[in-house]
Amino acid sequence: MGTPNTPLWEVFIRSRNGLAHKHVGSLHAADATLALQAARDIYTRRGEGLSIWVVPSAAITASDPTDKGMMFEPAESKIYRHPTFYEVPEEVGHM
Amino acid sequence: MATASITVSETPLVLYVLRRADDALILGHRLSEWCGYAPMMEEDMALANMGLDLLGQARELYSYAGIIEGRDNDEDKFAYLRDVRQYRNLLLLEQPNGDFARTMVRQFFYAAFADLYWRAMMKSADATLAAIAAKSEKESAYHLRHSSEWMLRLGDGTEESHRRAQGAVDDLWAFTGEMFEVDESERALIDAGIAIDPAGLHPHWLKTVSSVMSEATMALPKREWMQKGGRSGRHSEHLGHLLSELQAMQRTFPGVTW
Repeated sequence: MGTPNTPLWEVFIRSRNGLAHKHVGSLHAADATLALQAARDIYTRRGEGLSIWVVPSAAITASDPTDKGMMFEPAESKIYRHPTFYEVPEEVGHM
Repeated sequence: MATASITVSETPLVLYVLRRADDALILGHRLSEWCGYAPMMEEDMALANMGLDLLGQARELYSYAGIIEGRDNDEDKFAYLRDVRQYRNLLLLEQPNGDFARTMVRQFFYAAFADLYWRAMMKSADATLAAIAAKSEKESAYHLRHSSEWMLRLGDGTEESHRRAQGAVDDLWAFTGEMFEVDESERALIDAGIAIDPAGLHPHWLKTVSSVMSEATMALPKREWMQKGGRSGRHSEHLGHLLSELQAMQRTFPGVTW
C-alpha cells in the first residue's frame, strides 16, 4: 500500500562478484536508507546477495507496453544484425 | 493438566548463560508478536527477521546451558518448562510491544547494549561463548543500525511520532540500568575472564544512545533510579502472560512435536 510518505523503490541485487546487479523486486520505504534496510530484510534473507542497489521507482523511465510493435518488431526481421548471419571464410580461422 | 516445571542447578556459569538465553528468547518472542501486525509489510519482515536472529541466539545459549548443567535439560525444557520466577531475562525485554515507537525504543536500548556486549564477549575465555558472541555480534550490529534509523525518523519525524517515541524513552529508561548490573555469581566469572564486566560498557552505551537521541531531537531522561529484579526472577506482570502463550502447547501436550 503506497502512501505519499512511503514511495516505491526498485531493488537490484548482485549475487556474486563479477555478476551484474539484477532487478529482484520492489518495496515501499520512507527514504533511501530505510529502503536499503528493507531490501536487506526482504530480499537477502536466504543469502542471495553481496551488494544491493535501491532506486526510486519514479526515477525509472519505462517504455510503454502498447508501443511494443513500433519499438521492438522492426528488429525482428533484421537477421543480418546477428554475427551468425555472416559466413566467415575458411582462411580467417577463429576470430 | 499442565506439565510441571523443571528444576535447574544454577551454577554461576549455567545461570550466566541462562540469563543471556532468556534475554534473547523473550525479546525474540516480543518481536514475533508483530508478525502480521506491523505498520508496513517491510517492517513486518524486518521485525520477524530480528526475532529469528534472537531465537537463534537463544537456542545456542540454551543448548550450551544444558551441556554445562549436565543434567537432562535441553533447549526446549529451558524455554517451555520454567516458570516466571525461573526466568532470568532483563525486565526491559519483557515489556509489552506497545506501538511501533515503543518497540523500536526498547530495541534500540537493548541493541546498543548487545552490540557492545557481544563484541566484548568475543574475547571470552570460554570458547563456546566466544563463538556465540562472534555470530551474535553481527546480528546485533544490524539491530542497532535498524533501530537507530527508526529513532531518528520517529524522534525527528512528526509531532505525533516524536511524542510517542519520547514517551517510550521516558517509560523504559528505568529498565536500562539492569543491563549493567553485576551480582556475586557473575563477579567470579568476570575475574576468570569468562564474562565481561558490563559496567565498562556503560559509558559507550550512553554515548551511542545520547548521540542518536540528540540527533533525533529527543531528550535523555533525568531520572537516576533504576528498576531491577529480572536477573533474579522478580519480573513485571507482563512476563507471565507472555510465557502462558509461549509455553501453552508444551504445558498442555508434553513433548508434542510438529
